[in-house]
Amino acid sequence: MSSLSNIIKKEVKELLTPGTLVPIIIMALIFGSLGGAIGGATSKLSEKPVVGVIDQDHSVLSQFVYSQLDKNSKIVYNQSDVQAGIKEVSAKNGVALIVLQSDFQSNITNNHSASITVVWIMRGAGMADTFSMAPVQAVLAVMTTNLSRYIIDHHVTENSSVILQPLKRHEDTEFKGRMMVGISPDIISSVVSQQGLVVPLIVLMVIIMAGSMVISSMGMEKENKTLETLLTLPVSRTAIVLGKLVGAAIVGLVVAGIYMVGMGYYMSSLMISAPIDLARYGMTLGAFDYVLVGVSLFLALVSALALCMILGIFTKNYKAAQTMTLPITLLALIPMFVTMFTDFDTLPTSMQIGLFAIPFTHPMIAMRELMFGNSALVLAGIAYNAIFAVVAMFIAVSLFRKDILLTGRVKSAQRSRGGMLVQSMFGKRRR
Amino acid sequence: MAAIEVNRLTKKYGQFLALKEISFSVKEGEVYGLIGPNGAGKTTTLRVLSTLLEVTSGEVKIFGHDLVKEANEVRKMISYLPEDAGAYKNMTGREYLNFISAFFGESQGRKDMLERGLKFAHLDERIDDKVDTYSKGMTRRLLVARALMIRPRLAILDELTSGLDVLNAQEIRRTVKTSAQQGMTILLSSHNMLEVELMCDRIALINDGMIVASGTPRELKEQYDAPNIEEVFVKVVTK
Repeated sequence: MSSLSNIIKKEVKELLTPGTLVPIIIMALIFGSLGGAIGGATSKLSEKPVVGVIDQDHSVLSQFVYSQLDKNSKIVYNQSDVQAGIKEVSAKNGVALIVLQSDFQSNITNNHSASITVVWIMRGAGMADTFSMAPVQAVLAVMTTNLSRYIIDHHVTENSSVILQPLKRHEDTEFKGRMMVGISPDIISSVVSQQGLVVPLIVLMVIIMAGSMVISSMGMEKENKTLETLLTLPVSRTAIVLGKLVGAAIVGLVVAGIYMVGMGYYMSSLMISAPIDLARYGMTLGAFDYVLVGVSLFLALVSALALCMILGIFTKNYKAAQTMTLPITLLALIPMFVTMFTDFDTLPTSMQIGLFAIPFTHPMIAMRELMFGNSALVLAGIAYNAIFAVVAMFIAVSLFRKDILLTGRVKSAQRSRGGMLVQSMFGKRRR
Repeated sequence: MAAIEVNRLTKKYGQFLALKEISFSVKEGEVYGLIGPNGAGKTTTLRVLSTLLEVTSGEVKIFGHDLVKEANEVRKMISYLPEDAGAYKNMTGREYLNFISAFFGESQGRKDMLERGLKFAHLDERIDDKVDTYSKGMTRRLLVARALMIRPRLAILDELTSGLDVLNAQEIRRTVKTSAQQGMTILLSSHNMLEVELMCDRIALINDGMIVASGTPRELKEQYDAPNIEEVFVKVVTK
């Protein structure tokens, strides 16, 4: 073997460890499943959209429009009751109820644009939840063009403004049981997303900062050979674990706070002023809601730190500690990306269960869910995080009482001359 | 009361038997040495006695306290100095001693402890420099000072002077010897046979997880008809 290949072999062996590979594989799987979810959402775009149509005019022109809509979409409701129509379209996973007003034809013949009302059925405030609007928008655009053509062909009016713009569209949105008059789903999605973006960023920052502090602290204790001394001092294991967690939390919060100040300025420069007042629709947070968000955030932090402490126990030095933070960062990134893409409530049950199991999901979705009045999910998340934090702390303290803290993972044991060789994570001879 | 009573102590790492039912006792005020080849079980014994490793089976009592059931009580009485121990590099020597003393004493007691530590460390003005800047000898002196300044009833010292030059080694031995003369019980392990012969009242030779010989240096030399402990060691290990 040449010297070069010998060095390459050594480098690859040193760098390509399970610690490096596992997080990358997890990341690839996450992106794969996200791609599947996005692909599922986009494939629906090629299908005919499900809508309801109420023709209040029953005129020649309104019948023409109805036929156009019928050709390019799947009409699941065509009676006259708007409320019943919304209910029916919603029940059949439809996207919108289109109402052709009673003065539809007369407006055009009198040289005015005809009125239609589109009532959007919006299920979630995520990016993906507005995807389903696109096919309906396309159907409406085709229908409008064909209506213009019909008006010209049948000499309904000579007014060029009406020919070019025969329809005056009014948009309402039915969202989480609230009728939001004059507001389209993309505006709601934009406003809700902006309001729910800060907490996930804080969660991510604090977890990454404080988590890496805990793992690094353990890595340094092992690398500097100070851990054994610490463990023989007259102080309980619980106190050592708590001391490390609280110390890391303080430093992590300070560092994350500094980052967030800068990030806050950056985000505020990107945010547009809200064109709608969500409070008008009861989508606002009270003092108790903010307490719930705070509790959820605190418990997620404790869970993250306890998890990091467990990982830190298995780290062998400062360098290894740096890669150990990756799984925790990934766990925080998953709910962040998923909830940016879609609402928790609109996810398939399997994904909901998966996300619920990640303790960092709960503070990230807390604000939005409380805004939607879904406090039961937030309270369930708090209860879950409390249990998770206690269990993780218990495991961390228990591991601090075990040999594994000092010996590492004993892979094998074999006899050597005059003694034994235990290949541990320290890779040192044990005497 | 015996300072240490070890009765049929067994320690397993996975399936590997590191200590095989070893038994020994150390009297209060005694300096007791464990010697043996690499991997014989010396450090494992010291780590178990320091409450760092779990006992697989057997019984260990430190000044009458059960090591397993009363680990916290035991920790109040012992001080353990690992072979390759380090100190927190971002602290100065003084800060490090102060940090350790906070676990043991309050007000005057702590102040006296710190004074003793400064004296034992013998680092003069370098005591206010970061540990990161210390040589190996200086760090070891600081760690010995840390171990002894609290006046533990039992000091457990692993390879006390390993890797140190003669002058540093002598100074550290003197410090330990002084503490022993003041009544401190000392359990040490070493590869340095001269050091063991000079410092220990009694010695146990450990090999392959078992105590194969024990006694005073004089008794062992007579028993194995050897001029020094090194020869005793070779005879016992190669027997």
